[in-house]
Amino acid sequence: MKYEVIIGLEIHLELLTASKLFCGCSTAFGREPNTNCCPVCLGLPGSLPVFNRRAIELAVTAALALNSEIRLWSRFDRKNYFYPDLPKAYQVSQYDQPLARGGYLEVDVAVGKRRINLERVHLEEEAGKLVHAGHSIIGSGYSLVDYNRAGIPLLEIVTAPEMHSGREARLFLEDLRTVLLYAGVSDCKMEEGSLRCDANISLRPEGSSILGTKAEVKNMNSFRSVELALDYEVQRQEKVLSGGGSVVQETCHWDEENKQTITLRGKEGSSDYRYFPEPDLLPLVLENTFVEDLGRSLPELPSERRERLREQYGLEKEEAFLLTANRELGDFFEKAAKAYPVYDNLFNWVQGDLLYQLRENDKKVEEIDPNLLAGLLQLLDEGSINRPVAKELLAEMVQSGADPKEMVRERGLERISGRDRLLPLVEQVIAENPEAVENYRQGKNKALAFLVGKVMAATKGRADPAELNRLLKEKI
Amino acid sequence: MRLYEMTAAELSRRLQSREVSSAEVVRSFLERIDEVDPYLRAFITRTPDLALKSAGEIDSRRMRGETLHPLAGVPIAVKDNISTLALRTTCASRILENYIPPFDATVVAALKKAGMPILGKTNLDEFAMGSSTENSAFFPTRNPWDPGRVPGGSSGGSVVAVATGMAPLALGSDTGGSIRQPASLCGVTGLRPTYGRVSRYGLVAFASSLDQIGTVSTTAFDGALLMNLIAGYDPLDSTSLPEEVPDYRAGLEPGLDKLRVGLIRYGRVDGFDPEVTEAVNKAASMLEEHGAKVGEVSLPLTDYGLSAYYLIAPSEASSNLGRYDGVRYGFCADGDSIEAMFSRTRGEGFGAEVKRRIMIGTYALSAGYYDAYYLKAMKVRTLIRRDYEKAFKKFDLLLGAASPTPAFKLGEKTEDPLQMYLSDVCNITDSLAGMPSLAVPGGFHSSGLPLGLQLTARPMQEKLLLKTGRFFEEQRAEYPLRPSLDFLEERGGDYEI
Repeated sequence: MKYEVIIGLEIHLELLTASKLFCGCSTAFGREPNTNCCPVCLGLPGSLPVFNRRAIELAVTAALALNSEIRLWSRFDRKNYFYPDLPKAYQVSQYDQPLARGGYLEVDVAVGKRRINLERVHLEEEAGKLVHAGHSIIGSGYSLVDYNRAGIPLLEIVTAPEMHSGREARLFLEDLRTVLLYAGVSDCKMEEGSLRCDANISLRPEGSSILGTKAEVKNMNSFRSVELALDYEVQRQEKVLSGGGSVVQETCHWDEENKQTITLRGKEGSSDYRYFPEPDLLPLVLENTFVEDLGRSLPELPSERRERLREQYGLEKEEAFLLTANRELGDFFEKAAKAYPVYDNLFNWVQGDLLYQLRENDKKVEEIDPNLLAGLLQLLDEGSINRPVAKELLAEMVQSGADPKEMVRERGLERISGRDRLLPLVEQVIAENPEAVENYRQGKNKALAFLVGKVMAATKGRADPAELNRLLKEKI
Repeated sequence: MRLYEMTAAELSRRLQSREVSSAEVVRSFLERIDEVDPYLRAFITRTPDLALKSAGEIDSRRMRGETLHPLAGVPIAVKDNISTLALRTTCASRILENYIPPFDATVVAALKKAGMPILGKTNLDEFAMGSSTENSAFFPTRNPWDPGRVPGGSSGGSVVAVATGMAPLALGSDTGGSIRQPASLCGVTGLRPTYGRVSRYGLVAFASSLDQIGTVSTTAFDGALLMNLIAGYDPLDSTSLPEEVPDYRAGLEPGLDKLRVGLIRYGRVDGFDPEVTEAVNKAASMLEEHGAKVGEVSLPLTDYGLSAYYLIAPSEASSNLGRYDGVRYGFCADGDSIEAMFSRTRGEGFGAEVKRRIMIGTYALSAGYYDAYYLKAMKVRTLIRRDYEKAFKKFDLLLGAASPTPAFKLGEKTEDPLQMYLSDVCNITDSLAGMPSLAVPGGFHSSGLPLGLQLTARPMQEKLLLKTGRFFEEQRAEYPLRPSLDFLEERGGDYEI
């Protein structure tokens, strides 16, 4: 039997605020454990939460970027459960009155564009972090808790169960990341945990309209592991179902090392969170103008940029995609394009030599001044330098940040051209290589290339190649 | 008259005119504590050194001619569920027996800023859950009018401290009557302000939507003095009210003309002492004689108040008390697993009443029961508030009893939680509606025990309450009321605690 795969994602995103959701503590990553803490985020008796306005702005901005409908009246609830990383034994979250409902993302999948719908977007607080002795949560002797993360504003995005493969889930997630990066709401680093993804996955016989029993997959720490874990789960469930068995509702953990999912707890272990309205906070009431202002100041989003790049610079779809997916590269291109408006040539250099040199030198594109590349390409187009020289200068420019124009001036790298300057060199090469001259006269064209090479070597590649050819032919 | 017998207002006057020093005042109260507290046990933690130190500081500042707060140098006692920096705050619970907060509650910071020496932290029912102070994990506090009886609760320690001159003022907290009921059982004045009028920041939460810090004093004017210091918006408490704070002292002079008073007709409440009803009726007549217009008012839905309260408060408590898991602070029991550690810590750290309420609350919030219990109770709460709004269209002030009976005997209700819950029946609906409410002495029972009246006003009308409270004081020959404490001499050091 063929099965249809149904996947829904639950994404958690740390918002880029300087301070936490309910207190003034720093959100900086990588600090000494338990140093970004205060009575509020440690949940000390008597402490109370106060909203961080910036977190609300970022949450609304994110929801707008995802085409979600902002609800002007929303409410916070307590989600009660016991866990050592949860200082108050409840998480302040939003339950039945979330900040935003609906929304969608247009995702480029194998078969063109697909719209993945969202159920809701809401704001909540981050928990602390357990540091397990040993390798993982399973079989750990003891654990330590770091509350630096506790109370960082977290955005939860829940998709409709509309994805059908690990690959689709991954593509969606990558697109979501790009949109949220463009919206400027999060740094979206899966490795640092500022973007996390859990998945609900179930299989059903093709054509059936009833959802199968789902498994929840957690601990997928990269885009790649989302795809791998879900593909693994598809195979596992397929095997169970085609063996006549039935899938058991469970929560499982992606084991990155062994590339498999491990059951963490069954359905009977699922919690009753005893949600109820958080009495320490008033309902969140937003002014229409507040939302409208945020909507107006929403930065250009990836889909808009792709369109604009194609129109403005005449780029191909894939080219625009590259410059959008890598936002900094796109920024670099657009800045360079101002000074050097030969867009197709610029794109070729950016996509080719520049990316190559960045990789080779382990540099980020943000570290490079776009005007330097523009200047270099101008020198090349003017005929002031030869192409091999340009490539070397680009490498040096990426390494040290040196200005190609200055390097050319200081080292005298300009192209050697004009009869007066080239003729003595040509005559010298002819005199020193009688054999090659003779060969050329007998019709061996290769010999001419040899002689050109000799002159180039003597001039460190600076001789004007066209004129050189002409002069050699003339003199032989 | 000794210093410890004086009102805060009188002490303030003498301090400002430099007739006495704060050190002298504090010493007088400390001596009184040494004399009385071993028998009544109002304090969990006494802080004589700290109190004398801040008294000394205030005295030198006054010597230097600095302008000081009117209450500067006047000492105060603080209920032990209000956080005090570097000073143990136990909530009368084993689970917080050795917990030392790293911050001051907003109200405590205000006391310190004004220069009020803190005499110590007072006893309460564990986490403020109870009506007799018998639920303290450490020891019960006794009623100064009859040491065989309870002082009421949960602010029993604060109330007894003020009633016996161990402190001129005290801070208490009132969730469902925890200031007003003990105030009435001990013959002092206790104000529960409008919900949100005084910051809750630093008050260890029992039921967040009901908890409110308030004042315990011997006179209404003293309550006004303290309210001037603690009331106001606090950016650290999202539920605190932004409205301007009036000068509560101003305009407290009597004058009841045209005051419309609604005399509360209680529905069916078992165990209402007829002498209490009589005292309330007498108070109504007094108001009428002095120009007030008195009519009867019924708050029909208040019959459901107790039920609603005992669903909402435990629900919130079950969540608020989840944090005591032994991981970060407080009592921690060993366990083979994290679950075992959690459950042993909580099983051993909490007392019976706290556990009972956590169980009730957990149940009421559980999937499948939420709608029938918590949600229904919240709807009742809304209707109760409407009852009040309706009543306040006709009346400026509601008058009733602060407790259905005078003080009951130690141990009398400990075996029967429902009977204990019923002792808050007069106080609970004001709490649910968020209205300000004042307990003032209302004469004596034939047994010699004090009785209390309860006045309720519209939100933010604390001043009207204090003014009316002051009116009742002026109708009495002797004020403040002081228990004789004969038993101290009769029983001497042999008094069995």
